[in-house]
Amino acid sequence: MAETLFPHLKWDQLWAATLETLYMTALSGIATFVLGIVLGLALFLTARGGLFQNRTLYSVISIVVNVFRSIPFIILIVLLIPFTKTIVGTILGANAALPALIVGAAPFYARLVEIALREVDKGVIEATRSMGARLSTLIFRVLLPESSPALVSGITVTLIALVSYSAMAGVIGAGGLGNLAYLEGFQRNHGDVTLVATVTILIIVFIIQYCGDVMTSLLDKR
Amino acid sequence: MIVLRNISKVFDNGKVSLTAVDNVNLTVEQGQIYGIIGYSGAGKSTLIRLLNGLEKPTSGNVTINGHDISSAKGEALRQARLKISMVFQHFNLLWSRTVNENIAFSMQIAGVPKNKITARVAELVELVGLTGRENAYPSQLSGGQKQRVGIARALANNPDVLLCDEATSALDPQTTDQILDLLLDINRRFKLTIVLITHEMHVVRKICDRVAVMENGQVVEEGDVLSVFTHPQKPITRQFVRQVSQYHEEDAFNPELANELEGTVIKLTFTGHSTHKPIVGELTLRYGLPFNILHGKMTQTAHGVFGQLWLHVVATEEQLNNILADLKHSDIDGEVIKHG
Repeated sequence: MAETLFPHLKWDQLWAATLETLYMTALSGIATFVLGIVLGLALFLTARGGLFQNRTLYSVISIVVNVFRSIPFIILIVLLIPFTKTIVGTILGANAALPALIVGAAPFYARLVEIALREVDKGVIEATRSMGARLSTLIFRVLLPESSPALVSGITVTLIALVSYSAMAGVIGAGGLGNLAYLEGFQRNHGDVTLVATVTILIIVFIIQYCGDVMTSLLDKR
Repeated sequence: MIVLRNISKVFDNGKVSLTAVDNVNLTVEQGQIYGIIGYSGAGKSTLIRLLNGLEKPTSGNVTINGHDISSAKGEALRQARLKISMVFQHFNLLWSRTVNENIAFSMQIAGVPKNKITARVAELVELVGLTGRENAYPSQLSGGQKQRVGIARALANNPDVLLCDEATSALDPQTTDQILDLLLDINRRFKLTIVLITHEMHVVRKICDRVAVMENGQVVEEGDVLSVFTHPQKPITRQFVRQVSQYHEEDAFNPELANELEGTVIKLTFTGHSTHKPIVGELTLRYGLPFNILHGKMTQTAHGVFGQLWLHVVATEEQLNNILADLKHSDIDGEVIKHG
């Protein structure tokens, strides 16, 4: 049955490509989450009216974030090739895609984190300060928990963007479902492979979105 | 004891400078409930934030129990804040935490060990009357319950001073009274100094010992609650007093109404101390005269009752003089407004 519907599809190839996509998304997702929160917190704290208002620092971070957020991802990969080669040692394979994925997604997530933190009740921040809290307490016990639903829905959106970025990276040699759809499917004119690869990506996206939604609603006690 | 000396706070954004607090001097004694009343924009919110260093004064200094709060920084300020708690108009609870976890928060900040926190939280839940709601989230509580959590959180580290920033302004009148009763109870039980700011004279009347009236950043009138109520000096103070007692002007007794009555009309003015005595009853018994109450208005404060009472009596000149002497002896101001 499957043989007749998808004559050119090799299941082990599909499975390997799916794992590669998941690997790239997960690893870059974790790095993006951490880096995005650090950058987002820095933006929030140094912004005008922030707790550690610092115009210079804010401008620098803000410009860097904006620049990397604005460069089209496919160009960013190419621009980062020397950088990738230095730190990963190769420009091929899933690992080689990671620097570009992280550099592309972290600034995007950083903005989402900044927005999420702005939504934290100013009164709660004031109350926390009035109780004599340290900055670490404010960050880990107030800012992050109180913005957690927005942080999770933000990382959901970012992860989905990462799936699509990883497909783009696949086209120029990073492997994964994008690579499968392009090289095995499009280049060889095997429409069935392209279709299955696309559907697999869609399923991954839907699962990420569903998990994100469930987690957001579990976290939100408002 | 809290001492504010020559406190000024100027907000300057480069273009406009705004003097929020203008050369304020105040002293709050240990164990007092001190009210600061004013309309919005009078500078009272800024003033109360100077007491825990959330704002720094432009000039002057604030000392609490000998510690200079206005110049404290970093760890010293942090330590000081553990003993100066604050309750907020909009409660400012963490929505991500339950009642228990919110109350525990201030103790976590203070570094109290976990097992001690658990015991203390249970004690506080009981104290503020939230038993049964320990695991509810703030979104599942009413305004009054949220403020109880806020008060429990503020009391957790056994503070020396409790600052209330319009703590009852977001609550309905009934809940306001319950929260005020709770604050008064806490003050009496733990001898806790409370500084509260409000725009409602009702709050001052109900629980405060002393009051300062603020207008345009300045304290325009200050004194114990009874004397401010009975002898308000400034127009703004009269306005506030009128919020809770109407007898001052428009609602006063109209003597014309007593014109046909034979005998004497005496106006009694009560100012607190003597008022628990059954004055009218005592006079009736002593002189065997039927006193008729024509008009009156009494207001309860934390320091007794004050108000005015118009009595009608048919008495001889000698009896009348004795009655007035008796009143004077009881610290009641008696004034004959119509002779028989």
